[in-house]
Amino acid sequence: MTLLEVRNLESGYGEVQILWGVSLKIEEGNLTSLVGGNGVGKTTLLRTVMGLIRPKSGSVFFMDKDVSTLSAHSKAELGMVLVPEGRQLFTDMSVTENLEMGATPKRARAHYKKNIERVYEMFPRLKERHSQKAGTLSGGEQQMLAVARGIMSEPVILMIDELSLGLAPFLVIQLFESLKLLKQVGITVLLVEQNVHLALAISDFGYVLSQGRIELEGPSRDIANNQHVRTAYLGL
Amino acid sequence: MMLQVKNITKRFGGLQALSNVSFDLPEGQILGLIGPNGAGKTTLFNVINGVYTPDEGQVIFRGKNVTGKKPYHLAHLGMARTHQIVRPLNELSVRENVMAGSCFGRENRILREAYEIAEEVINFVGLETRIDQLAGSLNVAQKKRLEMARALAARPYLLLLDEVLAGLNPSEIFQMVETIRKIREQEITIIMIEHVMHAVMNVSDRIFVLDYGSQIAEGTPSEIANDQKVIEAYLGDPKLAQKLMDHLD
Repeated sequence: MTLLEVRNLESGYGEVQILWGVSLKIEEGNLTSLVGGNGVGKTTLLRTVMGLIRPKSGSVFFMDKDVSTLSAHSKAELGMVLVPEGRQLFTDMSVTENLEMGATPKRARAHYKKNIERVYEMFPRLKERHSQKAGTLSGGEQQMLAVARGIMSEPVILMIDELSLGLAPFLVIQLFESLKLLKQVGITVLLVEQNVHLALAISDFGYVLSQGRIELEGPSRDIANNQHVRTAYLGL
Repeated sequence: MMLQVKNITKRFGGLQALSNVSFDLPEGQILGLIGPNGAGKTTLFNVINGVYTPDEGQVIFRGKNVTGKKPYHLAHLGMARTHQIVRPLNELSVRENVMAGSCFGRENRILREAYEIAEEVINFVGLETRIDQLAGSLNVAQKKRLEMARALAARPYLLLLDEVLAGLNPSEIFQMVETIRKIREQEITIIMIEHVMHAVMNVSDRIFVLDYGSQIAEGTPSEIANDQKVIEAYLGDPKLAQKLMDHLD
């Protein structure tokens, strides 16, 4: 079943248009990756899908419902959750308090206890540091916390913007392994990622965005071997 | 040689923004300067046109050591630039903006002459229908053209273009690339920073690639598109994916 569908989305900032008719279909239970070079519109796409930017045209369907005009918090109530680029943690709050902040949707509040046990099991490191201020965590731990806070919102779909950015290789591997756990508990994931190889290695389906358009899409295994990916990035 | 950049190093506190960067740019060529976000491209522009003084190295412009010279001085010597974030004088007209470029450029024109030059340059970039409009009222594509016109009015030998294609739609990109080609026909040497890869790869004679402040490759566009280091800088390290798969098995 298609969980999230984006149809002909056009979006941008003021008079600067970034996305030019982008369409995506995210199947339930899949891990879908969205890759593309600098400034091609990946974050703009996530922000528009989430409702943080109003699209110029096009629509977003979530569980067969047109959610194009809903605000971000209404979408979060429905189970659409964004882990923003750069983590955006509450640095002066503890790990646990940050996780509580994730549990704002109604369903998530009701299942707070179960969910916090789940994220602590997924990320034992965060449990060890539960009372520590988020700002004092290492970069990798902060990224874990950002993902964990997203899980606390009890997402149906979790959209993660740049999971590996700025992290040491062993932490990247750890975080990517946790994506597999998300899949096991039935959370659909849309992953925006700068390392194309990693993104396509872990995902079921992939999209390549170039200059605000989808340049290539298909099962990740097929795309990983496609020369056009390089062309989409390097122009030749 | 139009420009020689020799062993430039620039630090900001503990951050080494540029590490030992060198290249030669012959007259009349277009050099594309590319690299992932934060690679140091704009910092390199700022060193070349005197906004920053490098910690080490030299900038040789038309045979003369201009390291540490101020931007206005370099403008007199024939180096002009555009900015990534356009900076028009919003309360002045398009013509007046471009006149300013002429008055403070290589030829140091008086106002009356600058008036004529502005008209010519504005025609050249295709903004003639907007000439008496306030710069603040232009749209993004027009502001990019204004930025270019102001730089051209300085009658530069060398033009530095910082992401003139960003934020333009596909047909505007096409038109702008044509304008860049026309500028080259006037024997103006160009360095362009650009993320719109198909455009920069098509218009440049050579490409210079920065990553984390260091040069990782230099060559013709097709050499660059097939360079393993460049591909890794853009697409990421393939070994990491292999490691991940080994872990998951």
